[in-house]
This record gives sequence, structure tokens and C-alpha cells, in this order.
Amino acid sequence: MSTHTYKKFEDLDSGALPDKMTVYQECLQAFNASPVQAKRCRLLLSRLLRLLYCGESFPTAESTTLFFSISKLFQHNDYSLRQLVYVAIKELSAVSDDVLMVTSSIMKDIQNGEIIYKPNAIRALARVLDGTTIHAAERIMKNSIVDKNQSVSSAALVSSYHLLPVAKDVVRRWTNETQESISDSKSFPSQQFLTHEYYGANKLPLSTYTYQYHALGLLYHLRNHDKMALMKMIQQLSTNSPLKNSLAIVQLIRYIGRIIEEDSGLTQTLFPLLASWLRHKSDMVELEAAKTILSLPGLTGEQHLQAINTLQVLLSVPRTVTRFAAVRILNRTAMKNPEKIVVCNVELESLINDSNRSISTYAITTLLKTGNSDNVDRLIKTISGFMDDISDEFKIIVIEAVRTLSLKFPEKHQSMLSFLNDVLRDEGGFSFKNAIIEAIFDIIKFVPESRESALETLCEFIEDCEFTELAVRVLHLLGTEGPKTPNPTLYIRHIYNRVVLENSIVRSSAVIALSKFALLGDESISKSIKILLTRCLSDVDDEVRDRAALSLKLLSSKDIEEAKVYLAPSVKYSLPILEQKLALYVSGDKDTFSTPFDISSIPTITEEEAKAYEYKEKTAADTEEIASPGKEDKEDDSQNEVFKQNLLHQQYSQELASIPEIAAYGTLLHSSAVVDLTEKETEFVVTAVKHIFEDHLVIQYNVNNTLTDIQLDDVTIVSQPDAEDVFVEEFIIPIEVLKPQAEAAIYVSFSRAEGIEPGVFVNTLSYTSKDVDPATLEPAEGDVGFPDEYQIEELQVSPGDYITPAFVGNFTHVWDELPNEQSAVYNLKDVTSIEESVSGLIKSLSMMPMESSEIVSSSSHHTLKLYGKSLGGARVATVIRLASTAKGFMMKVQVKSDDEIVSESVANNVV
Amino acid sequence: MGNIFSGIFGRLWGINKEIRILILGLDGAGKTTILYKLQMGEVVKTKPTIGFNVETLTYKNISINMWDLGGQTSIRPYWRCYYANTAAVIFVVDSTDKERMDIAQKELHMMLKEEELLDSALLVFANKQDQMGALSAAEVSKSLNLVDLKDRSWSIVASSAVKGEGLTEGLDWLIDVIKEEQL
Repeated sequence: MSTHTYKKFEDLDSGALPDKMTVYQECLQAFNASPVQAKRCRLLLSRLLRLLYCGESFPTAESTTLFFSISKLFQHNDYSLRQLVYVAIKELSAVSDDVLMVTSSIMKDIQNGEIIYKPNAIRALARVLDGTTIHAAERIMKNSIVDKNQSVSSAALVSSYHLLPVAKDVVRRWTNETQESISDSKSFPSQQFLTHEYYGANKLPLSTYTYQYHALGLLYHLRNHDKMALMKMIQQLSTNSPLKNSLAIVQLIRYIGRIIEEDSGLTQTLFPLLASWLRHKSDMVELEAAKTILSLPGLTGEQHLQAINTLQVLLSVPRTVTRFAAVRILNRTAMKNPEKIVVCNVELESLINDSNRSISTYAITTLLKTGNSDNVDRLIKTISGFMDDISDEFKIIVIEAVRTLSLKFPEKHQSMLSFLNDVLRDEGGFSFKNAIIEAIFDIIKFVPESRESALETLCEFIEDCEFTELAVRVLHLLGTEGPKTPNPTLYIRHIYNRVVLENSIVRSSAVIALSKFALLGDESISKSIKILLTRCLSDVDDEVRDRAALSLKLLSSKDIEEAKVYLAPSVKYSLPILEQKLALYVSGDKDTFSTPFDISSIPTITEEEAKAYEYKEKTAADTEEIASPGKEDKEDDSQNEVFKQNLLHQQYSQELASIPEIAAYGTLLHSSAVVDLTEKETEFVVTAVKHIFEDHLVIQYNVNNTLTDIQLDDVTIVSQPDAEDVFVEEFIIPIEVLKPQAEAAIYVSFSRAEGIEPGVFVNTLSYTSKDVDPATLEPAEGDVGFPDEYQIEELQVSPGDYITPAFVGNFTHVWDELPNEQSAVYNLKDVTSIEESVSGLIKSLSMMPMESSEIVSSSSHHTLKLYGKSLGGARVATVIRLASTAKGFMMKVQVKSDDEIVSESVANNVV
Repeated sequence: MGNIFSGIFGRLWGINKEIRILILGLDGAGKTTILYKLQMGEVVKTKPTIGFNVETLTYKNISINMWDLGGQTSIRPYWRCYYANTAAVIFVVDSTDKERMDIAQKELHMMLKEEELLDSALLVFANKQDQMGALSAAEVSKSLNLVDLKDRSWSIVASSAVKGEGLTEGLDWLIDVIKEEQL
């Protein structure tokens, strides 16, 4: 080729795209020419495809013209040209409506064409077919699925998968063929690559068995509505190991995991299968099996250990990817059950110096999580030597891990703090410093003993802090925590230094922090604070002056309590709801401004409640995420738990207040979580929420009609409490009409006796069902329907419904302080593990686990410490001791509370 | 370069010149059967054509690209996308389908009005002569109003694709006309 014809855009590196219209014109010209020049057409097609792959598109008219001219290339039998034609058709099928014109030609190629382009033809066919033409192609697709050539079979299987949304019922008829090809042995045609320049015929494997992966994926989609069929499939695929392809096995393991997630009863049946894959020649399979086993909650410690042993071996293989995957799984496990992976500590420690930084960081954070009170100090020392070598992002991960660790081992706060103090002095960006500050804040909040030394660290930090935002946060914290220390004057100097040296934003927050010290009631301190504040009145910035003036005014009043309400309020408003309400208020029309904004409509959170949520969030965020891998949004959910809880509460109160009878009951005190009263697969799915009012209990039954052709009239619930003298039914608000596939709520109201009264409600759903016309969704005229009843599960009202979780820094102290001890002993029969009952108890009592007692480290005994507050405001502390015995599990419950009735009720109704 | 030489030689010996012929007609007329009978000499089992079939056959030293377009109502609008550079149209009629003769007539005349087909020759196959009650070629010609066609070489041949009768006669005529008028 001469330099004249050398086209710039054919140079890949130049990155310039060929001109769209030129390509279009050239294509039309060449494709319509007679005779067709295969080589030139191939070149033009590849140019066209490059345009399309780079996101260029043609208007519909042009695409159509292009498509028809491409279809003319079917007259030429050049193999490579034909392959490119198929690729182009696939791309154009999305924009052009006329693709059906090539159907016959493609089908002919699949039936009689050359083996080399058959797979391409099948893939193009899937894009061309629609609901009406798919029937014509059924025979060929079936034949292709069972073809002995693995490329053809794979293409057909994947294409069938893509045809599922087009015509699921048709594809479903191919189940037998799909089933057949999973266990069939297929290979590449022996002649195909004989002359290939890289693989000679002898270098190429006979078969890669990838079709098994494709077939399995399709089969699962064809059967996933039918659990029995899936179980049968798993059984077939696991005896005599017909699966040769690692991807297929990995996929099968995932499906098994999914089935167990839906039906935990199958855990023990399917475990041996998973365990058998823990020893496999492919790392991929071993990793997947281990990951699945570790994510299943219903397995015993020994069963988990098998998986961990596999991972332990994989930690020291030469393949980086495998090591990374293994350490990552261990890291996930460590978040939930750190004690389980202690066996891997030796391997993990050797990974700290791994050349791959991602692996070493994971190794460290995992180690930190496994840390127990004996080795924490040593671990911290190891990392300190390591911190200089890693980048900021990794440092943040390490800091997060240290933070979690310090919440877990409050007694080790000293070494943690000194570590954080050291890293705080290091160079670092904002997010790194922020992570450290967050960690120190948490330690101060949840480990009260650490307060003084931590505050000291922070004081030093703000002396030389380049980040305004962090300085402001630290000052705020000093303002709230400083006055509680035995020696508050120490901090006043540090804070006042800020007023002298910093920018206006920092100065104004320092002013507020200072004024909080004046509330202590110590005359001399108040006097000096007032002097300091008076000096601030001459500040150059008006915000600083305003704040100083306000504080001085409040402090000079006689009533110190009133000043406290403004300067150091003990309750916080729920900020997300406040924000939402304010936005609503501001966006309203003029009329809304005639009434002032009602701040009392915003729910308030006491400090203790806020701490409880926060603590739960910080320690539980990780575990929840592990509990259900695959649901990635979980993490975000738990982040916003407080917000969600509040919003839900808000939503419930609004809904209930809209019903006049219920509105009369006063404010909603507590709403329970949603309880399922039926299986999720039933025709009518019923869930319940218990709402507690001052003297009433309202049960909200949500009924979901999943049928498409039945309408329910007069849906009501007959709810029979076991203790009829405690709960007296007042009224029922039934659902008048429940359309197909609709959901609505029934409210049943009871008056309740005072105190914490548990009860069991026997529920029967009754309704009149009518057939509806699927087109109009209206029942036939004059159809009276027939009445029916439907027994659903019992609903339990337990003490937990009257308790909200709360946090205390020092559980032992509160425990010793509280009166009214009650105790009870239970024999648990249906429980398989301590872990299970611990998580069940936390949920049913709706209390906050203290001192990390939710983490079970032994399978034979455990002590769970819980704390919460009753709706009446009484503190409730519970210590539950669990031990395994020959007959099952023994449980001893001790409850202490401000309120005698509360202790008694909780102790007697734990299970 | 190769193309130039083969072009020159092709002209000298009258071979390797490619011509395009379309086979059109209502659905079920027997277009696909005719195509494969001509190409392979065999009667193949056919399904309604969704789209088109294209085959190349050499007949009397001429390479013919024969396009058999589907005749279903939904596909007929697409015929026009294939009219360009067409030497001749073979229109196939099911001689037993008297009810739809009128539709066939309309489709035929509408198609022939297209500018791109003004120079194309027309061959009509009155197909399915092997079946009982088939109209004769003359009767089909009358129903299709073929006499109205001016300025165009046309012919009608009674045929039976299944038995192979009439096909070569028709094609012979067509090739002669094309050679005379267009090569």
C-alpha cells in the first residue's frame, strides 16, 4: 500500500475515528456492488463496527439502509466476511426494526453452513428473533444445543438465555436438551484449528467444558421457580462429578448457597456437597466453596473450620490472586467471628510483608480483628512499623480496624490511643486525619475511662491543625466532654488559644465550647469564662461576636437551667426528619408561613438512644453485610439505621393518626419490626406490625394478594389473644376490597393493661373471594363470591415490644446499681447453637448487647449482657447465661430494672 | 488487479458476469422450491421464508445471483430494498389459488412501476401445474393483466417446481433476453 492511500484513522494509536458519513457511503457502495469484493467489504465492516463500538450511532433511516445493504452480503460465501456480517447484524439489530429479513438466511447457515461461522450465526439469530418468529427457529435451536461441537452448543445455550425475555415459555421447552448437554461430552471439531498459527491441533485442549457453565446457567433460570427441580438438578450434578468445568462448579456452589439462603432447613443436607469441593484441583472452586460455607449461618463451628483450613492452605500458594481472594474471605469472616480464624494467624502474619499491598493490608486488618486481649498490644506494635510504607487509603482501612478493635476491647484503650496519637502526628490528607479523629471520638464516647488521655491528644492536635472542619469538631467535643472531667480548667486554655490564633469559623465554635464550661456551676470558672467571652465581643467577625453576646446574655441570667437548655441541650433533634420537615415548610406557599414551624413535631433523641444506635451501627454494620453477601445495598442500609428507624416511626404515626379512632389513643410509643405470619410463597402473604400506645395495642396486618385473578372482599382478621383479660378487642378496620396483586392493611385495636404484658394472638384471615376478569380486573357482575377462611401463624407480643435498645458505657456499674432482680431458668430444646439463640434473644428482647457479648466464642457456654429502656423510661439490664447440656441448652436469665414489674415480666417471658 | 483481468477475460468469453434475478410472488407460491430445484436439482422441504434466500448458480456460462424473497404480507414491503441492479424478476404464481389471483395481480403491477425495475425483464411462472384445478398459463396471464405491460420483455411459462417442468424453458428464455438486452 502506498503512503498516499494510507489512512490516518486506521492507525489504532491515533485514536481518531473515521468519518461517519464517509464510512456510510463507502459501505453502501461496496455492499451493493456486483460482484461483491469480500476483502474490501470486510475492511469496511470492521470500520463500521469500530464506529459503533465507540458509541457512534446512525439515525434509524440510515441504519435501515445499512442493514439492507449488509444483508446483500449473504450472496458471498467468504467465511470471514460472513462472520463479520453476523457481528454487524448483532450490533444493528438494536436500532433497526427490519432485522427479521435475515432470519431465513441465518437459519440456513445454522443448518447447512460452515462450522466456522455457525456459532456466530446462532448468536445473531437470537438478536433477530421475536415472539412470533421464534417458533420457526425452535427445531434448529434444540439441535444446536445438543450439538457435539462445544462452540456451537455454547453459542446456542447463551443465545437461549438471551431469548428468555423474548419468549420464556418457548425456551422452557428446551429444558431437556439443556439438561442433556450439561452431562454430555462435547469437544472442539478436530479439524478446525489444525492450521492455527498459535495453537497447533495438538496444543489445543479437546474440550474446555465451558458449555457446562452455560447450560447450568440456563437450566437454573428455567427451573428457579421450582425448588424440587433445582434440588434434583443439584443431586444429579453432584453424583459422579459430571461437571468438569470450574466455572460451572463455582456457579453450582452459588446456586446451592442461594437455595440454602431461602430455605435454611436444607443446610445440613447440602453441606457434605459443599465440603467435598473444599478439596478440588481448582483454586476457584475451593475458594467459592469456602466462601459459601462461611457465609451460611446454620453450620457448626467444626464445619466452618473445614472451610477455614482450606483457606489457610490457599494463603501460602504462589498465585497472588488466590492469596488475595483467600485473605479477603477470611477478613469478612473475621468481622463476624474473629475467633474462628485465629488458626490462620501464623500465615496471616507472614502475609503482612507480602509484596502485594492489597494482600498485606487485608492481612493486617484481619489480624487486628482476630486480636484478643493478649495479642492486641503486639499487633498494634507490628502495624506501627508498617504504617509509613502504605498509602493513605490503606492507612484509613487500618485505622477503621483499630477503631472497631478499641470498641471491642475497651480495656486496651491505652495502647490504641497511643497508636492513634502517633499516627495523628504523621503527615496525611484530610480523609486520613478524619478517620483518626473519628476513631478517637468513638473511643471517648464508648470507653469513658479513656476520656482524659484522649482529650489531651485532641487538644494537642488542634494546636497545629490545618483542617478547619476537624478543628471545629474537636472543639465541639471538648465543649461537651471537657466539663465532665475532674479538671475542666485544663481545656479552657486550649480552647481560648484557638480564639486568639485561628480563623473565624474555628473562633466561633471555640466561643460556644468555652461557654459550656461556665455551666458547671463553679463560680470562679464562670467568672473567668465571662471575662474571656467579653474579650470576644470585640472580634472582627460578626458571627464570633454574635455567639459571644448570646452566650454572655444566657450566662448572666439567674436561671442556670435555662441557659443549659440552649447551650448544652440534653436531647437532640432527629436531624434527617428536621431537614425533611424544614424543606417541606420552606417549599410550601405563603399560607404555610402564617403559622410558625412546629419544632415539637420533630422527634427528639436522648443522648443514650443516639449512642445505642451509633454503637450498633459501628459494630454491626460489618456483620450484617456478611450475613447476606450478594445484597450489596445492605451496607448503606445499616449506615442509616437511625434515620430509617425514625422515618419508619414517623410514617407509622402518620398513617395511624389518619385513622380517627386510633388518633385518639395519643402518641405512638413504639412499633415493632415486621413479623411474617405466612410463608412468602403463599397466595395471600400476611405480615404484622405491633404498635404500642399508652393504653392500647394496635396490630397492623398487611395483607398482600399475590394472585392475578382473584379479588378479596371484606378481608378481616379474627385475632384471639390468649390472655383475654389483658387485651380486650375494641374494633377492627377491615379491608373492603383487595384487588389482585394489591396490598392493604387491616388494623385490629386492643386496649391493654398497664405494664409489660406479653401475649399470644391466634389469627385467622377471613374473606370473600371473587374471580376477576384478568383484562379488566373487575369481578363479574352479580358474583357474590364465596366466603373462605385461612389460618395464619400466631403473633407473639413479647417484652421486647415494650423495650428500646440503649447504650451504657459501663454495664457492670449500672448492673450493680439497679434494684429489683428477678431470675428464671429455661431449657431450650429447639435450638441448635448458642450463636443462634444469642441473635434470637437480642432480636426478641429488642435490647442492646453490651461489652461485645453478642460475639460467641465458645460452643459450650456464653454470657450475654443486654441493656435497654422500657417505654415507661425504666432502665432494664439483663444478664443471660447459656450453657450446652446433654439435653440441649440451659439458659439462666437475670433481670434488673428500675421498675419491678418490668423485671418480672421480662424474666418470665424471655422465650 | 486480478479483478481487472478477470473482467476482461470474462467479457471475452462471456463468463463470470454476475447478474441479479429476484424471485417474487405471494406466500406459498413455490418460490423457494423453484430456487433450490434450479440450484441443486432437488426438491427440498421448505418452511415459509422469513426474509430471503440467496443462491448463486451458473447457467449457460452466466453466474446468476438468485434472490428468493419471502412472500408473506409482512415481508412484501421489504421487496423494494432489493430492487437495485436487478436484471430480471421471476414472478411465481400459485395457479390453483384463484381467490388471491387479484392480490397477486396488484402486487405485480405495483412492483413493476418501481423505477429501479423499469429495465428488468419479467418471467411469470404459472406454478403448481401438477395439481388438480390449476389454471392454465393463458388464464393466469389474463388474471394478471399481463397484456397491459408495455415496453418490457415478458413471458409466462406453465411450470411445476416439484416435477421440474417448465423451469428450464423459462430460464432459457430469460437468459436469452438478458444477453440480448443488457450484456
